[in-house]
Order: sequence, then C-alpha cells, then structure tokens
Amino acid sequence: MQPSPARDLVVGLFVLAGLAALAYLSIQVGGMSYTGPGGLRLYATFEEVGGLRPRSPIAIAGVKVGQVAAIDLDPELRARVALDVDPKLRLPVDSSARIMTSGLLGDQFVALEPGAEEEVLTNGSEIDFTESAISLEGLIGKFVNPAGLDEKKPAEPE
Amino acid sequence: MTPIQTLGFRTLMLVAHLGRLGIFVGRLARASVLPPSRMRRFVDEVFDIGVLSLPIVCLSGATVGAVLGFQSYVALARFGAEGSVGAVVGIALIREFGPVLTALLVTGRAGSAMAAEIASMVQTGQLDGLRMMSIDPMHFVVMPKAWGMLFAMPLLSALFIVFAIAGGYGVSVTLLGLDPGTYISSLETAVDFHDDVMQSLTKALVFGVLMASISTYRGYTSEPTSAGVSAATTGTVVVASVAVLLFDYALTTLWGV
Repeated sequence: MQPSPARDLVVGLFVLAGLAALAYLSIQVGGMSYTGPGGLRLYATFEEVGGLRPRSPIAIAGVKVGQVAAIDLDPELRARVALDVDPKLRLPVDSSARIMTSGLLGDQFVALEPGAEEEVLTNGSEIDFTESAISLEGLIGKFVNPAGLDEKKPAEPE
Repeated sequence: MTPIQTLGFRTLMLVAHLGRLGIFVGRLARASVLPPSRMRRFVDEVFDIGVLSLPIVCLSGATVGAVLGFQSYVALARFGAEGSVGAVVGIALIREFGPVLTALLVTGRAGSAMAAEIASMVQTGQLDGLRMMSIDPMHFVVMPKAWGMLFAMPLLSALFIVFAIAGGYGVSVTLLGLDPGTYISSLETAVDFHDDVMQSLTKALVFGVLMASISTYRGYTSEPTSAGVSAATTGTVVVASVAVLLFDYALTTLWGV
C-alpha cells in the first residue's frame, strides 16, 4: 500500500481522539487531578471514621475539593486519614476537619472548616482539630435503650 | 470411540493448540524486535482496525450508555436514589462494558476480517510467495496486524466509554430530567483512577493481546482450502469471544474490590 497523507491524517486524528478519551477518563472522571505530583497531602486523626473509605470526597462548605487517599491505624489505635486536596487551596493552620454524612443515610465525607490564622497548611502537615463521625447506630441504640441496658447483662440470680 | 476417549482426544487437541499458540506468539514477539519496523503497514492496520471500527464502536457505546442510564434510573428511582445513576453507569461502563463490549465488537468486525485475510493468503499461496522472496510472512503480514489490534483496543475502549457516558447523560438528564450536576458529580466521585480506570485499561490491553494472537494464529494455521478460510473466521470469533469473557472474569476477581 502506498503512503497516503489523508489516511495518515485520519489515523493521527483517531489516536488523538483515543488519547483524549483516556485522558478525560483518567484525570476528570478518575480524579487524578488531586493526586498527581505537586498535590497537597494533609493528615487528620479521628477517634472514629465510621463509614469513611478511601476516595470519599472532601468538601469545604459543600464544594468538593479533594478525596480521602488512605485510612490507617496510628500507634495509639486511632484512625489516621490521609487527605488529598486541591493544591491551589490555602487553608489556615487552625482549620478543622469533621466527618459528616450527606443526608440521613448517605455516604460519609470529610468537611473542612477553614480557620482564621495567617499561616497556611503545607504539604504533609497535620490538621489538629478534628471531630469524629457520628455513629447513627449508636444514636439509635441510645434512643431505643436509654438506660444503657444491653444483651450482655449478667444473669439474674434466682 | 467411547465418550471418555473423545474427551481425552479433545483435551489433547486443546493442549496441542495452546502449545502451538504459545510458539506462534513467541515467534511473533521475536519478529517484532527484528528490523525493519514496518511502520507503514502498522499505520494501515491501525486505520483498518481502529478508524474503520469507530462508527460501530461509538454508536454501540452511545446506545449501551443510554440503555444503562435508563434501566439504572428505573431501578434506582424505586429507592429514591436516582442521584446515583451516574455512579452506576460510570462504574459498570469503565470496569466492564467498555473493554468487554469493545473487544466483542472489534473481534466481530476486525478480528474475523484479519483471520479471513491471512487464511485466504494461506489458501492462495501468497505466504509461500513471500517466503520465496525470503520475506518472513510473520514479520510482513502478521506482526503489523497484531500490533495494530493491540494498539487500537485501549483507544477504542476509551472512546466507547466516553460515548456511553454521553449516552447515559442524554437519557437520564435530557429525557428523564435528572440534574446534570448530580449525574456528573456522582460519576466523578464514584470512579477512581487506580481501581477503575487502570482496571479498564488493563482489561483492554489483555483483550487486545488475546484477540490479536487468536485471530492471527487461526488465520495463519488454517487449512489451505475455502473451508479452511471459513473455519478460521468462525473459529476466531468463537474462541476470541469466549477467551475475552473468561479472562474478563479472571481479571475482575484477581483485581479484587
């Protein structure tokens, strides 16, 4: 087959379109924009993370600004959550992190509340002020069984 | 022959075919590193396999996305969870439907054609003609086709997914009145690069390897008769489709999550 400029052009366009589709899926849909090099990685320690999972969203005032990268247990047996947030964000050092639920039974997400300090959080720094997830099961348990009685009470002597 | 003997014979045939396929792929890999690179032939094959498959891949993508959007909307609306249509459509498409349906479509459209072309070259003695001119047919005929298929698969799969996401958008937003922002944000929140997009890409590449090696192998080893050409074409479509589905299950379970 002889070289054909028109055919080569079409193949080139096909490759570009395919790569653009891959890039769209990876960066926009796959959320690679928060994790690439130069991303802003913050850490926060919680007593209880509830249903929070890696890649749960992070929001400020309800606007998504990043996603949870990993959840590990720290030496004191608390949950240490790594947060990947938009590197353009300038968060004051006294910002706080709270685990909230979208809706009554919705997915959990990390809500950041900006503080008032001049200094900003840099890559790898720790968010000191955190508030744990509210366990809906625990609340219902307290409501149903207010006296704290549970199944495991010792057998009554006869 | 007793049924047990038949079973034994079939098993031996399967093992022999797998062995021959392995040797064939080894020879193909060896031919691929030898000069010249046959870039011209490769580009022509990408045109035949990739560009000419675009209409069917894009059209199927849009329809599959639309149907998926519609059905998941109907099912999720019962729980008042229409907001998750984007997540359902995105995850299903990126992890499964994109690579698998693209592989089946491309097998039917391009893999069968590839096998038939090589098989008719076997039948008309064209491969022997190349050998007489001391051109390795493996290098001149098989290698550009196999690499063209492998190269086109991930690109076609990605385009299928993008068109399907657009199709799902069209139905759930335009037709069923879902909020556009809900669809897109639910899609983007649910889909992860490592878990989903990489899985999709890996599947597309693995399927590309399977389809490329099976279609060229079936064509190359066909009987030099008219029946051989048709057997190679049928065999390619059946074996490649089954292999794609089996490997899809294996990859999905191995990937976890």
